[in-house]
Amino acid sequence: MSILRLCAWLESTQVAAAIRESTWLFPTIETIHVLSIVLVVGSIAMFDLRLLDLASRDRSVTEVYDDVMPWTRASFVCAVIAGGLLFTSSATKYYNNVPFRLKMTALLLAGINTAYFEFWTRRGIAAWNRAASTPRAAKLAGGISLVLWIVVVACGRWIGFTK
Amino acid sequence: MLWIIPAVQTVHILSVSIVMASMAMLDLRLMGLVGKRQPVSRMVDRFVPWVWRVLLILVATGAILVIGEPERELLNWAFRTKMAMVATVSLITLLVQNRNQRDAAFWENHRIAAATVGAVSLLLWVAIVTAGRWIAYV
Repeated sequence: MSILRLCAWLESTQVAAAIRESTWLFPTIETIHVLSIVLVVGSIAMFDLRLLDLASRDRSVTEVYDDVMPWTRASFVCAVIAGGLLFTSSATKYYNNVPFRLKMTALLLAGINTAYFEFWTRRGIAAWNRAASTPRAAKLAGGISLVLWIVVVACGRWIGFTK
Repeated sequence: MLWIIPAVQTVHILSVSIVMASMAMLDLRLMGLVGKRQPVSRMVDRFVPWVWRVLLILVATGAILVIGEPERELLNWAFRTKMAMVATVSLITLLVQNRNQRDAAFWENHRIAAATVGAVSLLLWVAIVTAGRWIAYV
């Protein structure tokens, strides 16, 4: 089954129709999506700024990670569920939407950046957890993450201004 | 220029992210739910200065959006409610900061007051974001 046909099927489900036809369902789910995203972006920015040595320098990297990441993960799950429901309501339209595709690409890249950090960079964390300066790989991970999340928010807002 | 409003809105939302995440951490700490490794006074000193600085960006970008589409905002009850809530939560945050400056142990020693202030502030911030999104729909 092609992706477009999958989108057409999603759009034909009762859930999609309910979101499309209701006056309050779409804005309500969208509000949950926005609340989740601001928490994802705000919390991940705290950790990214720590990786870049720009904030919380008096705290170890793992301390900031442990404080922040559970919130980032939980908010991200909420954002994906709410976003998925919004997508379903007009799946074929979003599938063909340029800012939507850019947003998904940025999300994918953010995922790859996170995976690389988790599986490679973070392995040696004991050596620089409390060091005066984080290594270049950590700074790079933080910087890339910040930029990609800004792109995600910008594209998300842009979707609302396209047909 | 078609791109100005979405661009300014993007900066506005990114700024909301910083304020919302900072205030959520502080409010949950005041409620005694997270981050007990750090004293409340430390978290007030860490987060509140960011909130004030970013609030300036929020006011500036918000003002541009109001000037761009005055009828959409000023005649809108969601917008008016949002502004009233922003004023209220700013006063609450000032109070939190003020008590903390006078006595660093104040909020640790007044647990119930701290929990109440934290809960009210958190609810207000959630309501502010909600009202902000609903400006487009009411």
